[in-house]
Amino acid sequence: MTTMPLPQRVWEAVCPLSDLLPERGACALIGGEQVAVFRTHDGSLYAIGNRDPFSGAYILSRGIVGTRNGEPTVASPMHKQVFSLTSGVCLDDPGTVIPTFPIRVTMGMVEVSVK
Amino acid sequence: MTRVLIVGNGPSAHRLAETLTTRGFTGSVTILGEEPRGAYDRVALTTHLTEGRDLMYPEIPGVTTFVDTKVVSIEPAAKTVNGTIPYDVLVLATGSAPFVPPVPGRDLDGCHVYRTIDDLDAIRASAKTATAGVVVGGGLLGLEAADALRGLGLQTHIVEMSPWLMPRQVDEGGGAVLKRHVEALGLTVHTGSGVTRIEGDDRVTGLLTPDKGVIDAQVVVFSAGIRPRDELARGAGLQVGERGGIVVDDGMRTSDPSILAIGECALHNGQIYGLVAPCMTMAEVAADRIMGGSAAFTGADLSTKLKLLGVEVAQFGAMAGALDVTYLDPVAGVYKKLFVSDDASTLLGGICVGDAAPYATLRSFVGSELPAAPSDLLFSPVAVELPGDAPVCSCNNVTKNDVTAAIKEHNLTDVAGVKACTRAGTTCGSCVPLLKKILTESGVDTGTGLCEHFTHSRAELFTIVQVRGITTFTQLIDEHGTGRGCDICKPVVASILASLHNGHVLEGEQAALQDTNDHFLANLQKNGTYSIVPRIPGGEITPEKLIVIGEVARDFGLYTKITGGQRIDLFGARVEELPRIWQRLVDAGFESGHAYGKALRTVKSCVGSTWCRYGVQDSVTLAIDLELRYRGLRSPHKLKSAVSGCARECAEARSKDFGIIATEKGWNLYVGGNGGFTPRHADLLVQDVDTPTLIRTIDRFLMFYIRTADRLQRTSAWLENLEGGLDRLREIVMDDALGICADLDAQMAAHVATYADEWRATLDDPVKLRRFVSFVNAPGTPDPSITFTTERDQIKPEILQVTSR
Repeated sequence: MTTMPLPQRVWEAVCPLSDLLPERGACALIGGEQVAVFRTHDGSLYAIGNRDPFSGAYILSRGIVGTRNGEPTVASPMHKQVFSLTSGVCLDDPGTVIPTFPIRVTMGMVEVSVK
Repeated sequence: MTRVLIVGNGPSAHRLAETLTTRGFTGSVTILGEEPRGAYDRVALTTHLTEGRDLMYPEIPGVTTFVDTKVVSIEPAAKTVNGTIPYDVLVLATGSAPFVPPVPGRDLDGCHVYRTIDDLDAIRASAKTATAGVVVGGGLLGLEAADALRGLGLQTHIVEMSPWLMPRQVDEGGGAVLKRHVEALGLTVHTGSGVTRIEGDDRVTGLLTPDKGVIDAQVVVFSAGIRPRDELARGAGLQVGERGGIVVDDGMRTSDPSILAIGECALHNGQIYGLVAPCMTMAEVAADRIMGGSAAFTGADLSTKLKLLGVEVAQFGAMAGALDVTYLDPVAGVYKKLFVSDDASTLLGGICVGDAAPYATLRSFVGSELPAAPSDLLFSPVAVELPGDAPVCSCNNVTKNDVTAAIKEHNLTDVAGVKACTRAGTTCGSCVPLLKKILTESGVDTGTGLCEHFTHSRAELFTIVQVRGITTFTQLIDEHGTGRGCDICKPVVASILASLHNGHVLEGEQAALQDTNDHFLANLQKNGTYSIVPRIPGGEITPEKLIVIGEVARDFGLYTKITGGQRIDLFGARVEELPRIWQRLVDAGFESGHAYGKALRTVKSCVGSTWCRYGVQDSVTLAIDLELRYRGLRSPHKLKSAVSGCARECAEARSKDFGIIATEKGWNLYVGGNGGFTPRHADLLVQDVDTPTLIRTIDRFLMFYIRTADRLQRTSAWLENLEGGLDRLREIVMDDALGICADLDAQMAAHVATYADEWRATLDDPVKLRRFVSFVNAPGTPDPSITFTTERDQIKPEILQVTSR
């Protein structure tokens, strides 16, 4: 059996946690990638791709955050398709999935890893 | 590329084209229709006549339609029609023609058939100079035509050859009950009677029956059955039935494999189908075959349920059986009959007149074991669960299993969702109660609840927020809801809080409730940019302000367009540009136009008595006063208004939520108008009132609407659903029938007193301004995904790639 070292994650600072309004998204530009970051009511953080696959526009960070059957969601502000913040799956069209990214808080700063 | 050519533009043709398009057909689809208009809903013809309803189907993108185009020949060998128009697949959807019995006088002025919008318009024209009318034919369509004549104010007669009305749907007992209903409405029924002659010189004066009776009438409508329109097919040498109809196989193919026939012109297994449901199925089978599928039409359920002249009539399954069970209530006018097998275990069919409630359930049990004693089944509602393979929507061939699967798969929570996913309930609508029932059986609450988070309607939430003095979404959902909300309930609560408290929509927690438009105080456009509409009250603007708008648009490279509400829309701004643009506009004296909000948009005006030679009142001043009074008022949906200075109505006030038209004596107030998808003329609420009375009435109308309307319900739909309608509304806002006017007045006074411009307040608040960035980690960087090209010297968004499946 061979072992491989875990690939090192690269974390990118996005903004102070206090800048993220509960249940409102913000968009970060990380190495050319647009990432929508969200803070839910219970304080959890989520990062997904900012691009809405149904319209092609980079707008998901501006959607309304909520829940569907307890699962945290964001609704595209363009035509209201709802995406899971945990899996990136479109709950209105499960064949469509958008990327999700790891997110954490280090010393009060929100950090996202895109690779 | 396959070229599909459809001859005929009725409901079947429309469904075929629509099915091809939605299924991603890659060839071309062309429709040739002989009527001077596009496809429309023939099933609802009567409503066009009596209510003036618009029946047109929406246009299908990608389909080419030629109206007013009559096809006179088919050349099967050359694969062309009219000698020039080529096809790869030809679909005949030529429908049927009304049968007019060959009686003398049938061509007289005043004689009509009942099939197209033109027929109806002609009947309406004849009715203007008539007092009485006769319908020849007492079947389904005949009764509908009779209802139309009655709706036009004519003394109406029905002449039917059979001994009773609707002989194809009901038996003699049912016919007798039906006749009593119809006669109670003031119509005269002549059953067992034919027509000998239509009397008159040029114009009809009456109708002579075989017993030498004369019915005085100036309008005659023939509704004595239909004949398939197969003349084109005959001319092309296609096989037709002995009694007419183009012979087709299960795949809708005629005797020429490149030619299909669907709808009322097609003869399948010796049968012509005149009901909408089988015709729709044929269209879908044809679409599938054109796309290489193997769908088959294997006959259709001819069950019918309809409401004619206010009487429910239903028939399902067989119209005879070894045994039958009859329920008759001659006082209430109810007749129900079930036909069962000789051992009384299997349901064979049934007839309902006067109360068709058992129909939806019982139809599903035809051919299977009775779920309860026949006598119990005749009373409703029947509390039995439907079998899974029961047809729920026969118009679109949807079973209960299809519906339950769709509910599970797509997490459907309402009838609208079921309609969108399965098409059930989208044609005749008679199965909608069943869809609700299946939703309930599947564990979905179909109450008036807004969404999964609230079981309350918008109006109920409004009352809760008002009475309990709730000021935040968190408090409301913790105490009265579940979860953390969604894109449906959050904007509703945001709107209610704004209507009741009039604070800044981006203050504190409220900011997280707003749709993106309200959140950025601008309108999201398709490429992720926003548009800006400064308020121009009444459409009046100084040259200086016009210049400022021009300079701002030029300096920020925005696309400009004049709106329908007499304002100017500036397109193509990125979020980080919005504050800088608005700083310039606010400095020049502009304020938010609330084009982004469910709020008052504009009060449009004509130039009025100040300049116009015809104006009788100063419409511009009133429009400006009203716009400034109601600006910023958050409501269940957008609100539009207009003021016209005279009866010529140049401001189009009657298409608005509230419209005012000047009179010699004061103002007329019209409410509940709408343009948009379902246009509606506003209704006259009060007449010739002075300005203070006018404003007080509008105040109350608006506040009452805001309190009681459903989510996204415009005033037009609200007024149509308001119990008691316009009269009730007048009692409430003019006579204070509910004792709430003082409250409504106070609420509006509070709104007017506390209004503040949202954009000025935002520019004054550094915390709110910080949200206006494309990237939180690179505030100065513009969004690189937003690019433009140029068209007619202005910017235009580049088309974005869509990647959903």
